[in-house]
Amino acid sequence: MSLLSPPAEEQSQTRTGSSRLDAVLRFRELGLVLALVALVAVTTSANSRFLSQQSIRDVLLATAITLLLACGMTMVVLTKGIDLSVGSVLGLSAFGTATLLSEYPSLPWPVAGLVGVALGAACGAVNGVVIAYGRVPALVATLGTLYVFRGIVYFWAGGSRVNAGDLPRDFLDFGTGRLLGVPYLFLIGVLVVLVVGQYLGRYRGGRDLYAIGSSEDAARLAGVAINRRLLQVYVASGALAGLGGVLHAARYGTVDASAGSGLELNVVAAVVVGGVAIFGGSGTVYGAALGALLLTVINNALPVLGIDQFWQRAIVGALIIAAIALDRLVAVRVGRSLRRKDSHVG
Amino acid sequence: MDRSPNGVVEPVVALRDVSKSFGAVRALRGARLELFTGEAHALVGENGAGKSTLIKVLAGVHRPDGGTVELDGQAVEFGGPGDARDAGIAVIYQEPTLFPDLSVAENIFVGRQPRGRFGRIDRAAMRAAAEALFARLGVRVDPDRPARGMSIADQQLVEIAKAISTDARVLVMDEPTAALSGVEVERLFAVARSLRDGGAAILFISHRFNEVEALCQRVTVMRDGAHISTDPLSDVTVDQIVRRMVGRDLGALFPERTAEPGEVVLEVDGLSNEGVYKDVSFDVRAGEIVALAGLVGAGRSEVARAIFGVDARTSGAVRVAGRSLPAGRPRAAMAAGIALVPEDRREQGLLLDLSITRNATLPRTRSLATLGFLTGASERRSAREWTGRLQTKYGSLGDPAGTLSGGNQQKVVLAKWLSTQPKVLIVDEPTRGIDIGTKAEVHRLMAQLAAEGVAVLMISSELPEVLGMADRVLVMREGELVADLPRAEATEEAVMFAATGQQEAA
Amino acid sequence: MSAEPARTRLSLGRLATWDVGVVIVTVLTIVVAAGAVEHFGTTRNFGFLVLDLAPILLLALPMTLIIVTGEIDLSVASMVGLTSSLMGVLWNNGVPLETIMPVCVLVGAVLGAVNGFLVTGLGLPSLAVTIGTLALYRGLSFVLLGNTAVADFPRDHTAWAIGSIGESWLPNVVIPIVALVAVFVVVLHATPIGRSVYAAGANPTAAAFSGIAVGRLKFWLYVTSGTVAGLVGVFWTLRFSSARADNADGLELTVVAAVLLGGVSIFGGRGTLPGVVAGVVLLASLQNALRLADVSTEALTVVTGSLLIVSVLAPNLTSAIRSAAHRRRRPRPPDEPMHLLSPKRERTAS
Repeated sequence: MSLLSPPAEEQSQTRTGSSRLDAVLRFRELGLVLALVALVAVTTSANSRFLSQQSIRDVLLATAITLLLACGMTMVVLTKGIDLSVGSVLGLSAFGTATLLSEYPSLPWPVAGLVGVALGAACGAVNGVVIAYGRVPALVATLGTLYVFRGIVYFWAGGSRVNAGDLPRDFLDFGTGRLLGVPYLFLIGVLVVLVVGQYLGRYRGGRDLYAIGSSEDAARLAGVAINRRLLQVYVASGALAGLGGVLHAARYGTVDASAGSGLELNVVAAVVVGGVAIFGGSGTVYGAALGALLLTVINNALPVLGIDQFWQRAIVGALIIAAIALDRLVAVRVGRSLRRKDSHVG
Repeated sequence: MDRSPNGVVEPVVALRDVSKSFGAVRALRGARLELFTGEAHALVGENGAGKSTLIKVLAGVHRPDGGTVELDGQAVEFGGPGDARDAGIAVIYQEPTLFPDLSVAENIFVGRQPRGRFGRIDRAAMRAAAEALFARLGVRVDPDRPARGMSIADQQLVEIAKAISTDARVLVMDEPTAALSGVEVERLFAVARSLRDGGAAILFISHRFNEVEALCQRVTVMRDGAHISTDPLSDVTVDQIVRRMVGRDLGALFPERTAEPGEVVLEVDGLSNEGVYKDVSFDVRAGEIVALAGLVGAGRSEVARAIFGVDARTSGAVRVAGRSLPAGRPRAAMAAGIALVPEDRREQGLLLDLSITRNATLPRTRSLATLGFLTGASERRSAREWTGRLQTKYGSLGDPAGTLSGGNQQKVVLAKWLSTQPKVLIVDEPTRGIDIGTKAEVHRLMAQLAAEGVAVLMISSELPEVLGMADRVLVMREGELVADLPRAEATEEAVMFAATGQQEAA
Repeated sequence: MSAEPARTRLSLGRLATWDVGVVIVTVLTIVVAAGAVEHFGTTRNFGFLVLDLAPILLLALPMTLIIVTGEIDLSVASMVGLTSSLMGVLWNNGVPLETIMPVCVLVGAVLGAVNGFLVTGLGLPSLAVTIGTLALYRGLSFVLLGNTAVADFPRDHTAWAIGSIGESWLPNVVIPIVALVAVFVVVLHATPIGRSVYAAGANPTAAAFSGIAVGRLKFWLYVTSGTVAGLVGVFWTLRFSSARADNADGLELTVVAAVLLGGVSIFGGRGTLPGVVAGVVLLASLQNALRLADVSTEALTVVTGSLLIVSVLAPNLTSAIRSAAHRRRRPRPPDEPMHLLSPKRERTAS
C-alpha cells in the first residue's frame, strides 16, 4: 500500500543503478563462470594437459552443436514450451545433408547446408503449427515428433549410412577447420548465441517471448500475437537443430540414422543448468550457453580426473536437480525481499 | 452536470446493436453504448448482465457476432487487443494482468517499447517514460523491479500507468477499485478526472454507487446482455437504477435479525505470522456474526487462512470449543467444525473443470464413503440436497462448475461447506462479484445460520455489508487488530477511522 | 439454442467418447491384425504380447495417477534400469534372490521418494526434476554395472517370469497385472483418495482449501511410482534373464505416450484408467503386429509418435470444428494455445 501514499519528496530521487532483474540473472551467469573456472583449475592441477590447445579445441568443438540447440531451446522454454524433437531433427538434417552431398558431389556444400537448415525449419514448422494452432501441449507434440522424425530417418536410411569418403573434401574441411585456432563450428555457435541474445534482450519480438512465458493471458491482452510468435519460435528451434545437423555431418563425416539420438536431454540440461526457468518467462541465452559449456567441460574433465566415464550421466542429472533447486532458493529469497519492501508490518 | 451532449455531437466511440454468443449463452443482445469526449460514463448492471463482454468487444478481445463498433462515426473491426489499443482505447481490467517476470517498466510498454538504433529497445528511455508516468500519478514505483510480489493495489497502479501511457482517447475502467480503498480510489479518480477534462472519454464500471456519483455524468444500465437505459446521473436515483438493474423490486438487502450469542466457539489467541500480521486475538460466539473489516492488504484473509490451517502461522493458538487446533492442518480444522468460504471463488473455492457434484462434496468424500468406497450415488444425493437447499440453478449436476454464473458458483461453494455442517463458518468476501439478488440470499443465509447457532466470521470490504450484518466489527490495520466495535458503536466513520488510522480519509 | 439439454448430455458423453474410442480402435486393431498378419492371432503370440506390454502397463498405472494430479514422472524407466542393475550387483555378490527382490522393490520406493521430496518438499517442477533423475538414476545404474550384464539368474525364477499359468497360454504375470490394475482402478475411481487425485490436478489451490494435503498425496504417488518401477525392474531382469544398466532405456516415453493415448489430460484433472489400459494394449499390439509383419522396429516409432499427437490433436480439432459450427461455450477462447504442463495459470503476480 505504500505506493499509494501521498507523493513524498523523495519523488525527485531518480533511481540509477542496475536493474534488480538483471542482477539476479547475472548472479547465475557469474556462478556458472565460477564453477567453470573452479572445474578447469582442479582438472588442470590434476593434469596440466587439460589446458593444452588440443584439449581446449576438443571442448569447443564438442560444445558447438549443443550451443546452437540450446539457443533454440532457450527461446522455446522462455515461452513455457519445450522442444524434445531437436535430437531427431538434427538427425534428419544431418542424414539429409550428407545424403544430398554424397549423391550430388558437384553441389556446393553451402547449398546443401541451406537445404539441411530448411529441412530443420520445416520440422519446426510442423511442431509450431501443431502447438500454436492445434493447441497440443508442447511436451506432447514434440515428444510425438521426436518419434516421428526419428522414424522417418530410419525409413529413409533403411540401415545404410553415409561415410566420410562419400562426402566432398571441402565440406569435411569446413567441419574441422579453424580460424586463428578456433574451430569454425564453435565460432558459428558463438555467433548464433550473440544474435539470439541480442534478439531476446533488446528486440520487441524477443521480449514478447518473455511476456508469453510469464503470463499468456496478459500477453493476449497486451496485443501480443501469441500464435505467430510460437510458430516462429518452433521454426527457429527447428532451423537451429537443422543447422546443428549440417555441422554434425561436417564434423563427423559418417552419418547414420541414429545421429543426435538422446541429444535433447543434454540440451534441456544445458538450458536448465544455465538458469532458464522451465516454466517460462526468465533466463538468458548466455546462461544457457554457459550451461552447455559447463556440461561439456565436465564430460571432458572426468577421464582426466580419473573418474569412471560411467559417472557422466549421473553428474548431469545431479546438476539439473541442483540447478533448479538453486533457482528455487534464489526465487524465494528475492520474492521475500520484494515483499518485505512493501510490508509495513514488522 | 450539463455536459450531456446534444444530438449533433459525434461520440468518440459507439457500440451499436452489438450481439455476442458463447455457445448457447447469449452474452450480449443488441447492446448499445455511446461515449463522448470529456465525459465519464458509468456502466452498471448485475453480474452476468454482459458488462465485461461489452468491454471485451470494445477492447478487441472478442469479435461481435452482430452489430458494429464505431470510432468517430466510422465502423471499425478490431483484429485483436492490439488494434483497439492502437485506436486509442485503453482498458484497466478488474484483475491486474501483469507479467510477473518482467520489470514494471516493461509491463507498461510491452509491445510498444521505445526503440533506438537498429530497432533495439531503448531501455533508458523506457525507464524514464515509466518514471514520468508514475510522477504524473503522484506515486513512487520502482520501474526496474519485477511485477512479481507486488500487492494488488500496486499492480493496479501499474495497470493504470499502462492505460494512460497510450494517451488514450477512451479509458475503460472495469471495477478498478475492487482492490483499492479510500485514499487510493481518490487518487485514481483525480487522474481519471484530469484525463476526462483533458478530453478523454471514460467508461467506468463499478458496483459502488458512491464512486459512480463521484466521477460520472451519465449512466447506462444493462440487464441480460441488453441495453436498458442511459440517463444523466442527475436525473435518476440510486433506487431507480437498482430496480432497472434487477428488473424487479428488491427486498431489503440485509435481513432483520436479533442476535442471542451463546458460548464462545472460536478463540483466536495471539496469532502472528511474521511480516503479515501480529498478535491477533478475538473470539466468536455461537449465533454471532462478527465482521472483520479493514483495507485490502490489512491481513484479514491471511488470518482467516491461518485459522483454517491452509497457511502457516509463526505463533499463537486457535481453539474451537476450548480445544486447540494444530497449525497448518485444514483437516483438523474441518474435523473441529471450521469451514472457510475463501475469498477467490474461482481459484480457491472451486474446481471449475470438475462437476458440480464433485465440487459440492469434496470436503466430505470420506464421510460419504461406505467401507472406504465411493460409488457416486451418495455424492450425488448430498450434492443435490445441499445445492437444492441453497436454490442453486444448474442444468445437470454433472456440468462443470465453471459453466455456472458467479452467484451460482458461490452457492456451490457455500453448499460444499454447509454440507460439512460447520460450527464455525468463516466467509471471506462472501458477496464479491455476485449479483444483488444472490447477495440478499447470501445475507439471509448467513442470518439463518447464525440463528441456528453457527458462529460466523465474515470478512468484507463492503462497509454497508459489514454494518448491515455484523453483531460486532473487528477492524484490522496493517496486520494488527485495532478495534472491536459492538454493533451500536459501529458506524461508517468509526470503522473507517480504525481501518485507516486517520479521520475521514477521502 | 434449443439444444440446451442436449448440450449437457453431449459434454458428459464427450468425456467417455475418447476412452470408448480407444477401446474400439484397440479391438479393431487386434481383429484386423489377426486376419492380416500371419502368426499374430496365435495364442503363443498373445502370450508374448502380454509379456511385452506388462512393463508398460504396470508403469502406466501410477503414471496415470501422477499425470492426473498435474505432474509427471519421466524417471520411471531409469528406476527400472537402476533396480535391475542393483539386482545384478547383489546377485554377483552372492545375495539370495529371496532377499534381493524385496530389496529392489524397496529401493524403487526410495528412488520414488527422492522424486517426491524434490517435487513436493522443495516445490520444484516435476518435469525438470524427473528429467534430472532420469539422467541421475540411469547414470547410477551404469556406475553399478558399467557395460557388463549379469545373466546367470536361477532358471526356476526366470522360467516363472516367462511361464504360463498351468496349461493355458496366459503368462503367469497376468495374475499380478490383473490384481494391480484392479487396485488402481478402484483407488482412482471409487475412493476418497481418487477424488483427491482429480481435485489436486484440477486445481491444487482449491484442493488445499478443501482440506486435501496435496503435497503429501503427490509424494506418495511418487513413492508408488518408484515401488512399481522396482517391481518392473525385477520382472524385466528375470524375464530377459539379464541385468543390464540400459534395461528399459527410453521406456518412459512409451509409457507417457500410452497414458496420453488413453485420454489422460497432460494438464491434470482428467482421464480414466480403463482408457489407459486400452491405450497400452493398442500401442503394444500395434508394435507386435508390425514387427510380425517385418516392419522395422525403428520405423514403428513413426506410428507411436503420430498416435500420441493425434490423441491430443483430434479432440482439439473436433471441438474447434464443432465450435465453428455451433460456437459452443468453452473454457478458453478459441485462439488460445495450450502449453506444456503448465501449472494452473497464475492470476496475480504472486
